[in-house]
Amino acid sequence: MPSDANTAENYVETPKTLTELHAEIAAGRTKAADLAASYYDRIAAVNPRLNVYLGLSKERAMEQAARVDAAAAKGDPLGSLAGVPVGIKDVLVMKGAPATAGSKILEGYRPPYDATPVSKLEAAGAVLLGKINCDEFAMGSSNENSAYGPVRNPVDTGRVPGGSSGGSAAAVAANMAVATLGTDTGGSIRQPASFCGVVGVLPTYGRVSRYGLIAFASSLDRVGPFAANVRDAATLLGVIAGYDPKDATSSPAPVPDYAAESDRPVEGLRIGVPAEYFGEGLDPEVRAAIEKGIESLKAAGCAVKTVSLPTTKYAIPTYYLVATAEASANLARFDGVRYGYRSPSSANLADMYRHSRDEGFGAEVKRRILLGTYALSAGYYDAYYLKAQQVRRLLAEEFLRAFAEVDTIVTPTAPMPAFKLGEKTGDPLAMYLADIYTVTASLAGICGVTVPCGKTNAGLPVGMQVLAAHLNEGTAFRVARAVEAAQR
Amino acid sequence: MSAKVTVDDVQRVAELANLELTPDESGHMVHDLNAILDYVAQLSELHTGGVKPLAQIGELKGAGGVSLLRPDVKEPSLDRAAVMAQAPETDQVFFKVPKVIER
Repeated sequence: MPSDANTAENYVETPKTLTELHAEIAAGRTKAADLAASYYDRIAAVNPRLNVYLGLSKERAMEQAARVDAAAAKGDPLGSLAGVPVGIKDVLVMKGAPATAGSKILEGYRPPYDATPVSKLEAAGAVLLGKINCDEFAMGSSNENSAYGPVRNPVDTGRVPGGSSGGSAAAVAANMAVATLGTDTGGSIRQPASFCGVVGVLPTYGRVSRYGLIAFASSLDRVGPFAANVRDAATLLGVIAGYDPKDATSSPAPVPDYAAESDRPVEGLRIGVPAEYFGEGLDPEVRAAIEKGIESLKAAGCAVKTVSLPTTKYAIPTYYLVATAEASANLARFDGVRYGYRSPSSANLADMYRHSRDEGFGAEVKRRILLGTYALSAGYYDAYYLKAQQVRRLLAEEFLRAFAEVDTIVTPTAPMPAFKLGEKTGDPLAMYLADIYTVTASLAGICGVTVPCGKTNAGLPVGMQVLAAHLNEGTAFRVARAVEAAQR
Repeated sequence: MSAKVTVDDVQRVAELANLELTPDESGHMVHDLNAILDYVAQLSELHTGGVKPLAQIGELKGAGGVSLLRPDVKEPSLDRAAVMAQAPETDQVFFKVPKVIER
């Protein structure tokens, strides 16, 4: 396949908003079944080039669409997502649909249950189109670590869509779904949303149930939505958020009407700008776009002030210790015994474990398991894992102090626009630095929204990250709406 | 904190993690782990004496509270037949694995 930017075609399309779709489906002007079929047609046409979907759940989708159409015909009340075609990152399980997590080690696995965010979407009327490509076990910043091949960025197919939820971002950008679910452990929703020019949400840790999410790093993993606009993303979060007895870290806090919160004006809100996110390594065109976005917030009546987050420079090393330690424990479960891949040629149990894992896992997953195992091993635990957890508290408390003074903090989502396929695959550390502005919120457990905020001269999207304190998603949506409005 | 990782260290850690690395893979991993560990060594600049490790986000003020545990009572779980259908080898009641002990 050619990967030269000069040969790139633009696959970006704008879908209808949720409000428009809801009105059309309720009135019977659009049939959910026709809408789903048209999305499957588009997927069939575009997927060979972009490699977004790993599997389609047509039977389940068409049954749900028929239920929605029948309810609409009878005039029954419809869920907020009635007939809306959505795609699911393939680290969230759907009953009976192959679940791969982008890995060979789960080959053949068809989970016997639905993840809670998936069943909540369906209960609200959404039509589940299928499972979407991602980096293996959500480990990566470019989608190049998928065992099923990289996803391409619909804006420029010579470039990566970001990662690890690159497929979920690309699906929305290319209108291969109206909305998608992704997951974010260190930036895996926000960075690809930024690279593909769509909206992505990092909910507060515990806001959305992790039940049915194939775990990477349990103290960091979050499930969140992608959409083409901020208000739709807010609606989606409202559907998937809430307490779930099946996730012990799930928050019992009530779920506000996020879409209504996003409608509120931003005048008088205090916006913090941290100098630490505008230093060395920031692409000048990204900086210019974000500075313009900040000016638009001033024009909308926000008070902009500088805040200081000096521990930011330690966030990447802290993140890679915490995340890999937890990953090494979580991924111990893949042993060829209960589900997924088992190596066919092993004389005894110990060999079977090793061969299955060695043949099943890709290089980046092995690298992170090894780093995590090393950081947790006798003699190194205090120096690495414990130290990282201490720094994690310093980082989190620094954010809490800042949020005593400001309502949201705005930063670039990523230091650069989408890079070229293959550009960083030889250097793991360079790849990790693509997450430099996103891992901080991951470690602190706070929430955020990334919203398109201008483009580079070459037409590549730039994303602004709007961060807010724990459980304060509504304020982040408001500010993101204002940034979005200024783009028009 | 800036100890150099050797091929032996990588082999030992791989054994702990039930991974089997080819000599070629080991070489790459030694290089990558040293680069990453050199980078994380900067954490030692930070004084963290007396700082309580943060293991649960819910511990933080306003972050939603600590984990809620359900009462310790038996609840329905997944159907055994549905679960066993996913196993590489099973007799429908138990998971089957290769020999553990040589006789």
